Amino acid sequence: MLNEVTLAGFGGQGIMTTGKFLAEAALEQGHEVAWVPSYGPEMRGGTAYCTVVISDRPVGSPIVNTPNIIVAMNLPSYEKFENAVKPGGLLLINSSLMDVRSERTDITQVHIPCNQISIDLSGSGRSANISVLGALIGCTNLLPWESIERVVTEKFAKKPKVLEMNLKILRRGYDLGVEGLKGS
Amino acid sequence: MKTIFTRPDSMTEKVTHYCPGCTHGVAHRMVAEIIDEFGIKDRTLGFAPVGCSVLIYEYMDTDYQQAAHGRAPACATGAKRVRPELIVYTYQGDGDLASIGTAEIIHAANRGEKFTVVFINNAIYGMTGGQMAPTTMPGQRTTTSPMGRDVLSAGHPIRMSEMLSTLRTPAYVVRASLHTPYNIIQSKKALRQAFQYQMDNRCFSFVELLSTCPTNWGITPVGSNKWLEENMLPYYPLGVFKTPDDE
Amino acid sequence: MAKLLMKGAEAIGEAAIRAGCTAYFAYPITPQSEVAEYLSKRLAEVGGTFVQAESEVAAAQMVYGAAGAGVRVFTTSSSPGVSLMAETMSYMAGSELPAVFVNIMRAGPGLGGILPCQSDYNQATRGAGHGDYSFMIIAPSTVQELADWMIRAFPLSEKYRNPVMIVGDGLIAQMMEPVDFDAVKAEEMPDVEGWATTGAKNRPRNLINSLFLDPLKLEEFNHHLKEKYERMAREEVRYENYMMDDEPELVCVAYGTTARIVKTAIDVLRAEGLKIGLIRPITLLPFPKDILRAESEKPHVKGFAVVEMSNGQMLDDVKWATLERKPVSFFSRNGGIVPNPEETVEFLRKEYERTQK
Repeated sequence: MLNEVTLAGFGGQGIMTTGKFLAEAALEQGHEVAWVPSYGPEMRGGTAYCTVVISDRPVGSPIVNTPNIIVAMNLPSYEKFENAVKPGGLLLINSSLMDVRSERTDITQVHIPCNQISIDLSGSGRSANISVLGALIGCTNLLPWESIERVVTEKFAKKPKVLEMNLKILRRGYDLGVEGLKGS
Repeated sequence: MKTIFTRPDSMTEKVTHYCPGCTHGVAHRMVAEIIDEFGIKDRTLGFAPVGCSVLIYEYMDTDYQQAAHGRAPACATGAKRVRPELIVYTYQGDGDLASIGTAEIIHAANRGEKFTVVFINNAIYGMTGGQMAPTTMPGQRTTTSPMGRDVLSAGHPIRMSEMLSTLRTPAYVVRASLHTPYNIIQSKKALRQAFQYQMDNRCFSFVELLSTCPTNWGITPVGSNKWLEENMLPYYPLGVFKTPDDE
Repeated sequence: MAKLLMKGAEAIGEAAIRAGCTAYFAYPITPQSEVAEYLSKRLAEVGGTFVQAESEVAAAQMVYGAAGAGVRVFTTSSSPGVSLMAETMSYMAGSELPAVFVNIMRAGPGLGGILPCQSDYNQATRGAGHGDYSFMIIAPSTVQELADWMIRAFPLSEKYRNPVMIVGDGLIAQMMEPVDFDAVKAEEMPDVEGWATTGAKNRPRNLINSLFLDPLKLEEFNHHLKEKYERMAREEVRYENYMMDDEPELVCVAYGTTARIVKTAIDVLRAEGLKIGLIRPITLLPFPKDILRAESEKPHVKGFAVVEMSNGQMLDDVKWATLERKPVSFFSRNGGIVPNPEETVEFLRKEYERTQK
């Protein structure tokens, strides 16, 4: 088993954190894992992205040109990474911030309104990075739901209200992810 | 027979390598006397500079480290921070402290490192053979200012004590001189106070000692004392510039 | 203990503490400022010492002073900062002081860039400073290995009373991987009374010094250093063999992050039946020269392929080690670009085919 997941968005959208949650859940499940950030000037407001490698063998190259899963949280990320998805792979698109459809026929694409989920359940779009995490787990067989629920619970353990809200957002994302995969 | 004068216990029997009339020997001896008087020989750590006094560790019978040129205050920071029970001092000349090591001395003072600095200002580079120092007087001839220091191109001599005393961090900053017996006694008082502040864990302490370099000045030892008085004293006033009690 | 998911830079700091080192002096520089950020907090928790120095020059000299005072101490930096530490490196080797330096390499020369590179290989292995001295240079390739070698580096530096340098590229400091800090057992610091400046109580005074005005004594001291480095070369060479058991025809040589990419490329080519292996130097100094020389004598080895993020610095060592008995080919990316697995596969495939002619 080898999954390479690139998560991309605006700097400040929290996408690096999404990747960390994913990596921690994978580690907890006993997988080998590496979280590789883009770093440098891009961190300050431009496109931020990270790659999470989840494997059942020690992780070789942490540099991945053609990941099998890509999450695009904004249009520049979509434009940068659309063609990088490995044939047969999955492209998860945040439909709240872009109205696009990839013309590629060799990949699966799932459209999830990540910001809208967050707005509906919390009044702001700030937790779009949580809804997308749920969606990612929902539309892939990366990890069981319980593992990601546990990591998010641990992360917000000290803020019960924020936790409750984020768990709802995570779950809505997950459910839409499951549905979205069916509909793709 | 009563002994009225002896080599300080903190000094070795090494015979001096300094030139006739050089004031390093007096300064070394005073530091050793203070170590003896405070009874801190077994917990003193000195840092030698690069320059004539690099060999101070051969005269001092205490633990010693030899630092890279100008870096003694950084080295002393490392040692004092990890072993605060040690009494730590650096001994540095004007090339070492006021030129190549300005960053290190300013930041050690600004952090308020609790060690003592003995700064020998003789207005010239000794070991390398009499080149201009940052403290060389205007018009003073050296091997690299043969027409005399031109302040238009070399700037004016740096007054380290004045500069360091502008820092907000509490410190003891004092300038004394070694050109007369009276001034030597005053210098020793200043040094003693500096070590006292360190032993009380009060503050960074800095003692600038105006010194002579007859060999490189090209003046006799007695003439050098006079030259110091006439040329250096008016520009480098003596006194306490800062104490930790100042507001 | 459970594995912790940690950034390489933070793992450096935590591993140092686990190694019993509680003194750290540094100046911030990308891509490893997280070490200082992490330790400024952690060292306060454990009662350790951290000073943000005014420069890398001063940071390194603080390490010198603290090492001379007989405590475990280290510093970290990245390429331009390491250049500024060159002075101290020479002094520390000359004064026989133990300490650990870390260089998280970024692309140069000059201000260069902040992205991963391996172009400080020569600076590290040839000695950035003046005089006849060497550091032991270690190049981990995973965050776990980085932590392991941080814990081993202190006792190693004490064994030889000579600094040890760990080199990585920006990627290994910035990426997160699982780390088990108990994988390597920390060792106690040996007694330092014989040489460290801890205060001359009930013993003759100690002197930390590298000045020898008598040339005969200085020559003798240099011979002493030479013997030390020769002993290091006999006892401390470390490397990893990957797919080397079935008489590979092409032997790759790569270290650090680059070695991981080569491993992935080898996996791809092995699946196609190409017999390619990798020797990954873990110690860049002492370099596994004898290992490579022995490989070069084997009839089944048709060539060597070096992959580096530099213009070919370790390449020279591979040529020297193998005496170029077999062709040594080279692939590199530079300027902060990490070679990707696909282009590495293509390079190795081409080189392998060449060996078949």
